[in-house]
Amino acid sequence: MSGFALFAHQFRYDQKAFWRNPASVFFTVMFPVVLLLIFATVFGDQTVEVRGGIKTTAYYVPAIITLAVISATMQSLAMSLVIAREDGRLKRGRGTPMPAWVFIAGRVGNSAVVALLMLGLLAVIGRVLYGVAIPWSQMPEIVFTLLVGAAAFCCLGIALTAAIPSQDAAAPIVNALLLPLYFLSGVFIPDDQLPDGVIHFADIFPIRHFFEAFFDVYDPGSAGGGLQWGNLAVVALWGVAGLLLAIRFFRWTPRGG
Amino acid sequence: MADPVISIRGLRKSYGEFEAVRGIDLDVQAGEVFAFLGPNGAGKTTTVEILEGYRKRSGGEVSVLGEDPQHGDRGWRERIGIVLQSCRLDPYLTVRESLGLYAGYYRAPRPVDEVIELVGLGGKADARARGLSGGQQRRLDVGMALIGDPELLFLDEPTTGFDPSARRQAWETIAGLRDLGKTVFLTTHYMDEAQRLADRVTIISRGEVVASGTPDDLGDRESLPTTISYRLGGEEVSVETTDPVADLHELTGRAVERKLELEGLEVTRPNLEDVYLSLTSEGEDE
Repeated sequence: MSGFALFAHQFRYDQKAFWRNPASVFFTVMFPVVLLLIFATVFGDQTVEVRGGIKTTAYYVPAIITLAVISATMQSLAMSLVIAREDGRLKRGRGTPMPAWVFIAGRVGNSAVVALLMLGLLAVIGRVLYGVAIPWSQMPEIVFTLLVGAAAFCCLGIALTAAIPSQDAAAPIVNALLLPLYFLSGVFIPDDQLPDGVIHFADIFPIRHFFEAFFDVYDPGSAGGGLQWGNLAVVALWGVAGLLLAIRFFRWTPRGG
Repeated sequence: MADPVISIRGLRKSYGEFEAVRGIDLDVQAGEVFAFLGPNGAGKTTTVEILEGYRKRSGGEVSVLGEDPQHGDRGWRERIGIVLQSCRLDPYLTVRESLGLYAGYYRAPRPVDEVIELVGLGGKADARARGLSGGQQRRLDVGMALIGDPELLFLDEPTTGFDPSARRQAWETIAGLRDLGKTVFLTTHYMDEAQRLADRVTIISRGEVVASGTPDDLGDRESLPTTISYRLGGEEVSVETTDPVADLHELTGRAVERKLELEGLEVTRPNLEDVYLSLTSEGEDE
């Protein structure tokens, strides 16, 4: 098979395994939907003092899409790769003629497709249930921003596997990193309610920058809806750092036993 | 004579100060089932992982199918199959899908249905891996290693942790590989497994070869003493002898003469297990 056919072959099986796994479907697909419903129900009638005041739901739709993208990429990859590594499945794959890049590309492709699906799903829920307009004219910028983020967070997820020693440690480590940053970056709590110090701290990390870049293209408002190159550059830099760490430290053989 | 499929000369592997493999020589010929036997920690898995290309060696020469496994390319990987010591399957793919996924990695795979029959999973083709028994999962492992139709198959402790019936099933599958003309490199710490399956056995202990040969003449079994045991007046008697025919003649002659009953009279040749234990226990009593 040619390189692309081999990638398509791997991707097809990765999709099957993903959609049949209740844990991956719940945490990657259902959890963001549930979060959006909860935030919209609890804070639905309020306004947020962002850009002179917007509806809470208009804030949470792009916020939760941001979370869903990170969940489909960094979180899902880190967890599933550690499980496969400790199962010995990565090692077995390396014993076949399959080139390493095919395996990684299959997983990354799977994550990117799920991230795009989540964009569609959450945008439609936001439109149908809460009347949050889908910014069709912004779609090229939205998809571009999403893919830059998806690529960067995939690299970070693959790099993170090197710091996770066992299957049991995967969920605690990933959540301990991501959950606080969701809060501090304004994904869960609108950023007009966060102290400046918190925002400055969150500005070190890629989640805040990805959220800002995505929010501005999804809800053009006063920002005008252009691509946020500054934010995207920070996200991309983190992605490159992740890529270098992944190339250096990613392992195919189990660490335990 | 054809070149050996695997040839090892003076293989060494150290982890820091610790020498796991200390100068191993061995050859495996085409079409044979070769058992590499030793207790846990003897260096079996380290050696087999060097042969499979997973680990780099510290010294010595290694050739597998004419290539150095450290530089094994895709073409080389097409010709070998690996069954790892412990490896789970993707729980959400069926038997047919797991094999189909791996078939896609090879240029000329065996047909998936043929492999399913070969490993005896005909009735389970559309069952997901998570629903298979331990023995069935192991047979799927073997099937995934066979899908590329390799010339050489590595099996690393294929039945460790199995119940007796699962072991028997796995043995039948492995015995069937010989009929396909495959060369099989089997590591195990079960003597009976080697005896049952292998054409030739090499035993290692503490990183060194301690014996090598066919299962029947291993460790010079012919020259080891035979044990004659019986009960006399309720007392257990056990005698080791290198001349069992004459001694037995004398013993039974005297017993008949004095009308003594030799209860539970038994003559035992040392079995492979005894040879194995005597070879691998030397200096291992820490």
